[in-house]
Amino acid sequence: MDVSSAERDLRALMVAGLGGDAAAHKALLSRLSGHLRAYFKGRLLQMGRGAVEAEDLVQEALIAIHTRRHTYDPAQPFTPWAYAIARYKLLDHLRRTKASVKDLPLEEADELTARDDFSEVESAFDMQKLLAGISPKMRQAIQYVKLDGLSVSEAAARSGMSESAVKVSVHRGMKALALLIGRGKPT
Amino acid sequence: MKTDQFIEILSSDLHPVKRGVVGKTLAWALIVGGAAAFGLMLVSVGVRPGLFGGTGPTFLALKLAFTISLIGAGAAFLSAASHPGRSSRKRFLLAFLPFVAVALLALGAVLLSAPMARHGMVFAAEWLTCLVCIPLFAIVPFAALIWALRMGAPTDLRRTGAIAGLVAGSLGAAAYAFHCSGDSLPFIAIWYGTPILLWTLIGAMLGPRLLRW
Repeated sequence: MDVSSAERDLRALMVAGLGGDAAAHKALLSRLSGHLRAYFKGRLLQMGRGAVEAEDLVQEALIAIHTRRHTYDPAQPFTPWAYAIARYKLLDHLRRTKASVKDLPLEEADELTARDDFSEVESAFDMQKLLAGISPKMRQAIQYVKLDGLSVSEAAARSGMSESAVKVSVHRGMKALALLIGRGKPT
Repeated sequence: MKTDQFIEILSSDLHPVKRGVVGKTLAWALIVGGAAAFGLMLVSVGVRPGLFGGTGPTFLALKLAFTISLIGAGAAFLSAASHPGRSSRKRFLLAFLPFVAVALLALGAVLLSAPMARHGMVFAAEWLTCLVCIPLFAIVPFAALIWALRMGAPTDLRRTGAIAGLVAGSLGAAAYAFHCSGDSLPFIAIWYGTPILLWTLIGAMLGPRLLRW
């Protein structure tokens, strides 16, 4: 796909998302996540850094694009806007991680390998932290349906709730999580 | 967390976004900051006696022309800087243009004046009050601007902080102009220019910390 048609598609999705179209917004973020991953991986690998770090950055940039979407002016091209945010997040990340390495010069080597080993655990931990911020009922429903991959009827049977109650809890829980992410960084 | 799950969460509570929020927030910060600086001037030093007599009106107009052009050029930069992807380098330099203009005018005034009068032009009445009041009057405007900029998405934090300081200092100076009785161009260039540049420096230092997101 050439660059100008990507710009056209992404911009159309962005404008629809700004109007409140959730499906368009989701499609935009999914497509952007691919572009962002390629961008961050490319840059970080050049510096000899890992792909896990890139995935963290992808999520951080997605939060930024989501929570700052009011700073996009539909009269302007979309790609420079998204790129400026991605670049800002990368620079911010590099500045931050450089400082923390300086703080712990002796531990440096071990720290890096450890971070690579436990990357999956760390990511899951973020989700658990986020989930701790919502009501137990919503948390359970999201755990079953979204994380464990159970069907709504299985989740209903396991939790003793009705199917519609599970659906409502998942729906409300997702909204609550979106609010939590928007409010602060889930680090 | 998987990025797919993450995206699903982010798009599950989507509200339509209002247009032009960033510009409106900045405009409000300028109004609130300006009103606060003016109010502080009224209750602390007050309006100068004879504001509308003698050289008063001419120099009030000059002081306001200087400070308002700084505020205007600075606000244009801040608005661009709050929107990622808009180039703002040129606007950054433009924000300093009023300093050059005033410095040249002041130099001209000094050269044209009698050598004996020069000391009086620079150290006119209350230059020290000027140096104290303008930075103090700028505190609330600076806080208001930082608050507004945090609602946007500035990506060049040092420059954005610097211009926030410049605009805040200029708002403080514009308010102080109603009290100030230092009626000469060199006086404006030095005793208005210095505190405004001081706030620009403070803004540049604090920007990366205050504006990070």
